[in-house]
Amino acid sequence: MENPYLPYPVRIDDIQIATEDKSLKTFKFVFLNEEDEENFSYNAGQFAEVSIPGKGEIPIGIASSPVEKGFVMFTVFRAGAVTSHLHNMKVGDVMGIRGPLGNWYPWEMLEGKNILIVGGGFAFTTLRSSIIYMLDPANRSKFGNIDVVYGARTPGMLLYKDELVEWEKRDDINMHLTIDSPAEGWDYNVGFTPPVTELKAPKGDADTFAIVCGPPIMIKFTLPVLEKLGYSHDHIIMSLENRMKCGIGMCGRCNIGKELVCKDGPVFTLAELNKTPKEY
Amino acid sequence: MKVIKIDKKDWAGGLERSRNTYKLIGPVKEKDKDISSFKPLGKDMLPDLDVMATSVSPKSIVFPQEEVMLTYTTDESKEDCNLFKSHDKDYSPRAVIGIRPFDAAAFLLVKKNFDTPDYRDPYWCDAYEACTFIGLAINNPDSLDFSPSTKTGPFDTSGLDVLLVETEDSYLAQVVTEKGEAYLNAAGWENEAGNGVDKQIGDMKKAAETKITSSISYDKIKSKEILDLYNADFWDQASFACINCGTCTYVCPTCWCFDIQDETRGKKGIRTKAWDSCMFPLFTIHTTGHNPRGTKLQRVRQRFMHKLKYFMDKYDDGIMCVGCGRCIRSCPVNIDIRSICETMNNYEPAK
Ligand SMILES: Cc1cc2nc3c(=O)[nH]c(=O)nc-3n(C[C@H](O)[C@H](O)[C@H](O)COP(=O)(O)OP(=O)(O)OC[C@H]3O[C@@H](n4cnc5c(N)ncnc54)[C@H](O)[C@@H]3O)c2cc1C
Ligand code: SF4
Ligand code: SF4
Ligand code: FES
Repeated sequence: MENPYLPYPVRIDDIQIATEDKSLKTFKFVFLNEEDEENFSYNAGQFAEVSIPGKGEIPIGIASSPVEKGFVMFTVFRAGAVTSHLHNMKVGDVMGIRGPLGNWYPWEMLEGKNILIVGGGFAFTTLRSSIIYMLDPANRSKFGNIDVVYGARTPGMLLYKDELVEWEKRDDINMHLTIDSPAEGWDYNVGFTPPVTELKAPKGDADTFAIVCGPPIMIKFTLPVLEKLGYSHDHIIMSLENRMKCGIGMCGRCNIGKELVCKDGPVFTLAELNKTPKEY
Repeated sequence: MKVIKIDKKDWAGGLERSRNTYKLIGPVKEKDKDISSFKPLGKDMLPDLDVMATSVSPKSIVFPQEEVMLTYTTDESKEDCNLFKSHDKDYSPRAVIGIRPFDAAAFLLVKKNFDTPDYRDPYWCDAYEACTFIGLAINNPDSLDFSPSTKTGPFDTSGLDVLLVETEDSYLAQVVTEKGEAYLNAAGWENEAGNGVDKQIGDMKKAAETKITSSISYDKIKSKEILDLYNADFWDQASFACINCGTCTYVCPTCWCFDIQDETRGKKGIRTKAWDSCMFPLFTIHTTGHNPRGTKLQRVRQRFMHKLKYFMDKYDDGIMCVGCGRCIRSCPVNIDIRSICETMNNYEPAK
């Protein structure tokens, strides 16, 4: 068996500034060894440890989609030591990624269902991965209606804008973009994510699931809205972010009760979370 | 079970002969201090077999306080610049002489964490597999030993390859595994003990067990809800005196939490794995400053809930404690896992 601590070597292939305040950048990596890409085959919702020699490792959700081949993509917020260093790296630089890690959104269970995605701020990375996956011609017929509520402070803080615009034009996905306050040239919704969800999201029923990712404050106000819309707790799917190191369930720091967020998660239903200590 | 009788006069000689095949590790007392730990036994060093439970557990034999996992160079003139490499290590056979039965049993609990169906920690597992455990039965348990109530005990062979039972002039070596037999052969100890030895060991075992007065009960914890115990009102009281020094987790043979850090000197670097503790606030703090276990109460609760409830629910195999008593002995404020376990065991949530 291979060494789960040993990252695959990757090269930075592209870096894009992702938000107008430059606090987020999107990195595309290619594997130095072709066979590693195969070993890294992942599902939408998983994460990886992004590994910089001398700086350390950080868990980052995989923003590229399993249906996109030849690269893996991450969108990273400049937060502390490792992320700041990454922001200063250049195309061509070599580093490591370790994974894929954790579980994923329950795609098998979600087949044949309507999907509501609610995202806020920069926690849209694995949601992008999921949308690209569902919209893929090979997969689209497996799902019912797809609704996306995505909010950011300003238009310039929305991630993946080109794709959002493209999705707006399609008729097989209902986009509900929103920003906190009116801005020139903005033709979509205005207001926080929770009230927009209340207005625009489909009602919950046995065949409709919600996937929710965002800052704690958004989650806090969105959950009651989803309840009001009729989503039961086992139909609300969330992804947690705890401090992590090993990412493989061994170092002991990311647990919520007996569940290890890095291995048994990061994806849990609200029904599951209701049974665990709120240590996230 | 086969039992070899080792004359004490041939003890040092046998250990010496075994060095042709094995590195030896054993309990060593610090000079003039009341501290002991497991260390490599250099030439002419003998294990201190009168040490009961070393101050620090022998977990470091397979899980060093700090160890190198990977290496890298940041030298751009090198072809392998910024590539991580597995750090080659020596996993040649080693014999752990005089490990106590509860400490060997602890490895079996910790193995559940490091050797899983999904991932195998090669550092822990390779070091563990390189070891032959030559244990020493405890004839005179100390007052803090409650190992029998944690499914091990003073003569428990579950984690051992050989169990040595000390008599006046000899060690009776009970062969538990083939690995153990191979070690005895390498040491040149081959005189089988005569008839009646099984009864002799059995009697000594009973005598040792009856000397143990300390115990722990956790029979009612399994049926309780995690959240009921988690939200119980006794944690404030239980954690009140704790100063979060982390000693309890460092001395414990079954605590396995660790940190991963990079260290670069010049252009050469190492990625290390080092002991960490759930008692430290930095263990769980998010980059945003939010800390899911930011208070002392939350951290003390985590330690006991992990050992006595989460582990039990996850593996359905008892508690994550072998009853060695170290955490009780070394806690500066006398926090006692036995009484906290009892409180948990007897807790009934208000209806
Ligand atoms: C599943 C998951 C998915 C995530 N996805 C994303 C994503 O898509 N995009 C995104 O931007 N963020 C994501 N995050 C958050 C991201 O992991 C953190 O923002 C990141 O770890 C911050 O790292 P930093 O080095 O910049 O911050 P810092 O706070 O400087 O440091 C964190 C790291 O530095 C070291 N360190 C710093 N201080 C200490 C200390 N006191 N003790 C020990 N070690 C220390 C550790 O190696 C630690 O991992 C995700 C987190 C999780 C758990
Ligand atoms: S040894 Fe005692 S005081 Fe120190 S962290 Fe453990 S319980 Fe707290
Ligand atoms: S919890 Fe205490 S008594 Fe139990 S194994 Fe650890 S140190 Fe020994
Ligand atoms: S990050 Fe190490 S156990 Fe989850």
